[in-house]
Amino acid sequence: MSTEGNALYRDLCTLLEKYAPADVELTPATEFSGDLNIDSVAAMDLIMEVEDRFGIDIPMNLVSDLRNLQDLVNVVRQQIEGR
Amino acid sequence: MDLFDKYALVAGRHGKLLQAGADPFGVCLDELTSATEARINGRDTILVGTNNYLGLTFAPECMAAAEAAVRAYGTGTTGSRIANGTYGLHRELEAEIARFLNRRSAMIFPTGYQANLGMLAGLAGPRDVILMDADSHSSIYDGCRLSGATVIRFRHNDPDDLDRRLGRLQEQGDCKLIVVEGIYSMLGDRAPLAEFAEIKRSHGAFLLVDEAHSLGVLGAHGRGAAEEQGIEEDVDCVVGTFSKSLGSVGGFGASDHPAFDALRFCSRPYMYTASSCPSSVASVLAAFRQIAQRPELRERIWDNARALYDGLIAAGFDICSPVSPIIAIRLPDERSAVFAWNRLLEQGVYVNLALPPGTPSGVCLLRCSVSAAHTTVQIEEICRRFAKVAAELAGGPSAAARRAARG
Repeated sequence: MSTEGNALYRDLCTLLEKYAPADVELTPATEFSGDLNIDSVAAMDLIMEVEDRFGIDIPMNLVSDLRNLQDLVNVVRQQIEGR
Repeated sequence: MDLFDKYALVAGRHGKLLQAGADPFGVCLDELTSATEARINGRDTILVGTNNYLGLTFAPECMAAAEAAVRAYGTGTTGSRIANGTYGLHRELEAEIARFLNRRSAMIFPTGYQANLGMLAGLAGPRDVILMDADSHSSIYDGCRLSGATVIRFRHNDPDDLDRRLGRLQEQGDCKLIVVEGIYSMLGDRAPLAEFAEIKRSHGAFLLVDEAHSLGVLGAHGRGAAEEQGIEEDVDCVVGTFSKSLGSVGGFGASDHPAFDALRFCSRPYMYTASSCPSSVASVLAAFRQIAQRPELRERIWDNARALYDGLIAAGFDICSPVSPIIAIRLPDERSAVFAWNRLLEQGVYVNLALPPGTPSGVCLLRCSVSAAHTTVQIEEICRRFAKVAAELAGGPSAAARRAARG
């Protein structure tokens, strides 16, 4: 299944909507820093929201590698599967 | 491409701050006249942002001890503890800290920042999991990173969130280390340590408490938040600093663990740095004795904290936490915070300006730290000058209060 089609991706898009400026359409390539202007602290808050939503823990060690929405999908999937 | 291109955004933001007045992150204290007063830009200024909680930087006993140590041991140690830098004074201070905290062992570091680096990187390794409070100081973040452990943040002061996460992480890692602070440096709020201790016990985890802002301030003997909340037995490791209530520079870690001293050979931030200079160590030794001999210092700081808190509330300001020696005033936005900070400095009051991303939840703060050395007259004067700024902020004290409340 393509990334755009799966439920996990759609859930993450819903969470990210409030961070996205009106003129930015979310795609797997949307960058947190460049496109959404999410700074390091806002990124931490977003991660906590994602953790609560899926009942997972995302180690900080992985957060610095998250560049775009596809990276986040991959990490969340990895943590869900590792539960 | 230039090496410094990556800082263009932050440099631009700093440039904008400078247009509004003085540099909030580069204030120069040209002369110190006491623990609570300095000359800044040629103006006599009351210091309300120095974390000098007990005012011991100018205590005659501490200054005399530092002076005597320079004469006896020289100006610096020129080496690390494991090479040529362990002096009798270092051992004496470590024994004094252990005695003061009722701990089996203590080790000292040249700064409080390094104490967290050294303790966290020493205690946890790549096979362990650290669970840290989200509002932790940068030294805790950096120490966690240096340890190589899996690092998980839990919501600030939220025992339920910590409990849930520990439940999920049951099968992961060799050991779990929970890291919290006694009093949090930005907002001045306290950790619910008794609840954290219970969770720590139920999950078989270890607990480290950073008492940087609570040592000498909380507890019947000044041992900090863990003493105040009666959970010292549950704390496996204590971290502290000398640069706040002890009026010097340096930091320490302390523990009852029988193997604790292994960190002297396994913690790189301890092993590969020059040891604390004799004058600092000697003044800290004297400062610990001051804390033990003068409980009135703790009474005085709390009296002053209450007086300043009440005065600021009366002036219409919105304060983030209940009374503590750290009083963080929430301003509605960056512009009014910068304006108020500059107006206070121009009137001879120095506080800290704290802006996002350096603050929790993106708040803009004027952060005050109260000292036992502040006089009643100084506290009244600080309140009077704050009230003036409140009036300037929005054309009148009541309008300022409404604006602050909206923030």
